[in-house]
Amino acid sequence: MTTPDPRTNGSGPAHDTRGDTALAAAEASTRRGHVGGFSAPVPTEPYDVARTMPLRIELIRQLKRRRTQVAFALVTLLPVILWVAFSLAADGPPGATVNLVDLAKDSAANFAVFALFASAGFLLVVVVALFFGDTVASEASWSSLRYLLAAPIPRARLLRQKAIVAAGLSLAALLLLPIVSLIVGSIAYGPDALVSPTGESLSFWTAVGRVLLGAIYLALAMSWVAALAMLLSVSTDAPLGAVGGAVMTSIVSQILDQITALEDLRNYLPTHYANAWSDLLSGTIDWGDMTRGVFSSLCYAAVFGAFAVWRFQRKDITS
Amino acid sequence: MRPRALVAVVAVLVVAAGIILFATTRDGSSDPDVRTSEQRIEVGGGPGVSAPVSLDTTLYLPARTPAPAVLVAHGFGGSKASVDADARDLAARGYVALAWSARGFGTSGGQIALDSPDYEVADARSLIDWLAQRPEVALDGPGDPRVGVTGGSYGGALSLMLAGYDKRVDAIAPVITWNDLGQALFPDATGTPPPGDTPAARTFGTDGVFKRGWAGVFFSAGASPTQSAQASVLGRGNTGSDDATATTGQGQDAPPVATDPGQGATVQTTPGTPLTCGRFTAAVCAAYTEAATTGRISPATADLLRRSSPASVTDRITTPTLLVQGEQDTLFGLDQADANARQIAAAGGTVRVVWYAGGHDGGAPGSSVRDDIGEWFDHYLMRTGPAPSSGFAYAVQSGVRAGGSTPTGRTIVADAYPGLPGNAPVTTQQMPLTGSPQDVVNPAGGNPSAITSLPGLGGSLGSLAGRLSAFTSELPGQSAQFRTDPFTESTTLAGSARVTLTVARSPGQPAGSEAVLFGKISTLSADGRRVLLGSSVAPMRVPVPADGSAATVTVTLPAVVAPVQAGDRLLVSVSTTDQGYAPANDPAVWRIGLADTGAPAALSVPSVPGRAVTENTVPLGYLVGIGVILVGALLAWLAARSLRRRRLAPEPDPAALPLEIHGLAKTYKGGFTAVRDVSFEVRPGMVLGLLGPNGAGKTTVLRMLMGLIRPTAGTMRAFGEPIGPGAPVLARIGAFVEGPGFLPHLSGADNLRLYWAATGRPPADAHVEDALAIAGLGSSVDRKVGAYSQGMRQRLAIAQAMLGLPELLLLDEPTNGLDPPQIHAMREVLRRYAADGRTVLVSSHLLAEVEQTCTHVVVMHKGLVVADGTVDDIIAGGGAASFTVDEPSRAAAVLTGLDGVRDVAVDGTLVHAELDGMPRASAVQALVTAGVGVQSAGPRRRLEDAFLQLVGEDATP
Repeated sequence: MTTPDPRTNGSGPAHDTRGDTALAAAEASTRRGHVGGFSAPVPTEPYDVARTMPLRIELIRQLKRRRTQVAFALVTLLPVILWVAFSLAADGPPGATVNLVDLAKDSAANFAVFALFASAGFLLVVVVALFFGDTVASEASWSSLRYLLAAPIPRARLLRQKAIVAAGLSLAALLLLPIVSLIVGSIAYGPDALVSPTGESLSFWTAVGRVLLGAIYLALAMSWVAALAMLLSVSTDAPLGAVGGAVMTSIVSQILDQITALEDLRNYLPTHYANAWSDLLSGTIDWGDMTRGVFSSLCYAAVFGAFAVWRFQRKDITS
Repeated sequence: MRPRALVAVVAVLVVAAGIILFATTRDGSSDPDVRTSEQRIEVGGGPGVSAPVSLDTTLYLPARTPAPAVLVAHGFGGSKASVDADARDLAARGYVALAWSARGFGTSGGQIALDSPDYEVADARSLIDWLAQRPEVALDGPGDPRVGVTGGSYGGALSLMLAGYDKRVDAIAPVITWNDLGQALFPDATGTPPPGDTPAARTFGTDGVFKRGWAGVFFSAGASPTQSAQASVLGRGNTGSDDATATTGQGQDAPPVATDPGQGATVQTTPGTPLTCGRFTAAVCAAYTEAATTGRISPATADLLRRSSPASVTDRITTPTLLVQGEQDTLFGLDQADANARQIAAAGGTVRVVWYAGGHDGGAPGSSVRDDIGEWFDHYLMRTGPAPSSGFAYAVQSGVRAGGSTPTGRTIVADAYPGLPGNAPVTTQQMPLTGSPQDVVNPAGGNPSAITSLPGLGGSLGSLAGRLSAFTSELPGQSAQFRTDPFTESTTLAGSARVTLTVARSPGQPAGSEAVLFGKISTLSADGRRVLLGSSVAPMRVPVPADGSAATVTVTLPAVVAPVQAGDRLLVSVSTTDQGYAPANDPAVWRIGLADTGAPAALSVPSVPGRAVTENTVPLGYLVGIGVILVGALLAWLAARSLRRRRLAPEPDPAALPLEIHGLAKTYKGGFTAVRDVSFEVRPGMVLGLLGPNGAGKTTVLRMLMGLIRPTAGTMRAFGEPIGPGAPVLARIGAFVEGPGFLPHLSGADNLRLYWAATGRPPADAHVEDALAIAGLGSSVDRKVGAYSQGMRQRLAIAQAMLGLPELLLLDEPTNGLDPPQIHAMREVLRRYAADGRTVLVSSHLLAEVEQTCTHVVVMHKGLVVADGTVDDIIAGGGAASFTVDEPSRAAAVLTGLDGVRDVAVDGTLVHAELDGMPRASAVQALVTAGVGVQSAGPRRRLEDAFLQLVGEDATP
């Protein structure tokens, strides 16, 4: 064979480890299959590129996957876990400085802010990288990618539809976290005003708006993670490589951002403005850092995204 | 062509984004248009100094001259090098900036006289004279340049003094400086507050407590012949170079000073001056020595310090003044700026006050404060900008750090500094205060002492100092504490809180005639967390009557800015020791209580209402950048779309062959050539076998036919349309190549359903039932594919390829993994499929497979087509037959004897012969008649021969 491929027998390992099941299945399946006539079909509608890979279908394909369900379950459960952790934690001796955990227990709004802060640096990055990085690479690893492309679904269209669905799922997860946090927080600590560390307070409903706005900012600020994950996803047949690569890049960027000696160079790090949404938590909003953050993220996203399309268009699909 | 267009669009996008990023993030700090010149300027030595003093100066020239000038004075312990960045910033803003090393510092001559009017102030006046002679400097009149002065700490006081002594100064912006140096070094927080309710007002007493910690740092900075790194700590009083300076500390000022080799040599040590005096004048040295040894301020020292204080001239300052003071400053607190503001405003000057989150214990001002200073000069010197508000701005910092090292904070702006003439007084809230009288112990020698701040180190330690103070600021038995009720709503404390206390002797306990006490204010949250505000203390010296009665004092607590949450309390504590101050040495016990003034005891808490402002508005450049990216992405999308549209759909040609391949070749990136030259045609109704050993290039050909791999050469057409990635004609081709590809978490039925839905064609066209019948999975079709056996997956995949009954079916090794009955059924399926006028292309490396299934065959080897024809042609040739017989030699003889039969050959029990038109039955009859036992008779397997011959010994790698 010109293109040796270890995956010719589908998910082979699963087959091996489930010998019993496979045996039982083989028993049921040794029927010869019915050979009927093939009456010539009259296609009611011809093939139309614009109808291929409808978003609804891709959404169903993704929603039925365990990893999607686990990601959403995790995002939904996190606020509950935080609540339980807060109630279990013994009150230690009071320290000298205020910290975010103390503030988190003040109100539902503060709780949601804390939940978002706690998860923005890693959990949400992983979720976004998962939705974008896994989407093409997993099809490649299942060998289903070649059948989709031969359907035919044009490559750019496949990428676009998959990106739209991944973006929708990411945005849903990003909004779900603060919404669940607000609900859990309201039950646990009451729907009270947001108290900022600088002593300002925002009414509950204003705070709800700000927190959701913060989640939307996070979504925009993570567009570069999405595009990078997509680029890696079309470059490798290993979903773990694509997801891990994007997450790793984010972590390295966050580490470099800690090195103050880099000074202005840090402004070019894609994660430099990741926490800029905290500017939303004061009476008047400073849009400066958030604008810079969105610009920086979109720059990276545009470059990575365009490269992903270019690469996927030219790639020989050998998976 | 399409990828190339995309690349071009991306390139344009990247370049545009890069330009915008560069343009918007570029800092003006290293403006190449700024020219500098260094020169030494001789000034008069002053009273008692015969020789002139040479000052080391640097002049920074802007791009356009003549321009207004700004004198940039450095902080104590620094030199002109420590304000280089500020001077450059000002020059970039369009000013002629003059930086110089004050006498006694850097490589300038002379001795330190602490901003004395006779020496340092006179020097600065001479510099204004010098500027008036420069052609680059704009003049208000002959000898009167348009000039402003700025500087931090030591330089800030010089700004104020110069404005008081020289009417030619047009605007000043002193930063973190003093009003009365005697009061700053010997503070006393008791006494009734001065008139005019300003937020941080404090009565300046006459006999305060010596601030020995800071005074020592201050003195040592000028005492050593060569300046130590510690000395330059005070030099941080410059206005900073950028935000990084503010956060990384003022250490940046130190290197230029420390590495200047010439500086030590030029220090003038007047003969007869003791070495302990360093570069200070004898008068300053004597005053310090006296204070350090006695811990008290003498009238002579008070007078000397008074002459070095802006307080002596503020009643004459009418120059527009921007006072910048730090909220983290235990050396020159907010009360010093408050006094300056009150005095200058009373004299009719224009004053704006800014409190920023920093100071001698914090950092240099950030970019927003530097912009404030720039705008102040722009209006009053350049006369271009809008009139800056004469109001008040202060920063509110939180203890919370959001991430990294960025402290969270906000700036509050009020229209006016409260309490100045014409302005409303500061708002105060009376918070009820409780606490019974408590005895506090003053240990002998004032040791151990509470530690609240670390003079000269606070800035570099950052938040650590605050954490340290939480554990060391109160020593057991040494402090009395009084707490307010919890606040009902959150408040921002801005200024000095006041409380009235009583101090009495404790019956039967030792006590002197006066108590030295330190007042502090902290926030106390509901869970007991306590934060000492401003890390600072209000020292007081209270004479206590000997008869046991109580002295009543009104204490002005340190001026701070701090958020107080609803539910938090304020805690006032009074303690007997503090490391930073000279203690009372005699052991004593004092009883501290809240004064009974008729009304319930209360803490007066000032606040300044205002509106929170953000540092800057939306940065336009970045906003445009975002727009450019979005528009670029839109354009790229539209371009790709129009390119796709331009590809015209070819006319359907009913006569076109299902598949035509010419000169197909593929060389992979690594240089491996899988397919060299493959050409063949497939006609309707054919079941074509693509036969070849492993590695012959069959799968690569099929992948190219599916549009998965781009051929390096050759053409492929299906039904007359070219085949390529995503070509619409692929919709008429069903394929199964190199194994099945299913979503393992879905059932077989769902997989087929979703796959068909992904092709975008109506479900009715799918003929799912037919396909499932072919797969023959029974009820397993509703189980997850992950649990299928390989054969089941294989059949499901073939069923998927047949969805919609495509006109051309490509199958790669379809019978791999099937059991014999299934293989048999599959052959039947393929035959029937082709029988309805459709076409099937089957690849296989098994000869028998092709022989039994296919009508036509193409034999491939090493990427080349080696044979091509109908199976019958190749197998049967002109009628070759094989007979299995019991007597081969006799059979051969019989066959040779038959008419027209040629090429008889014996091979074991097999006898091959070319019958040439004669039916095999006749040959068999002839053999049987001759008595030869015939076991079987059939066409001779020429294909196998041909195949083996073609492929040779190295067939299977």
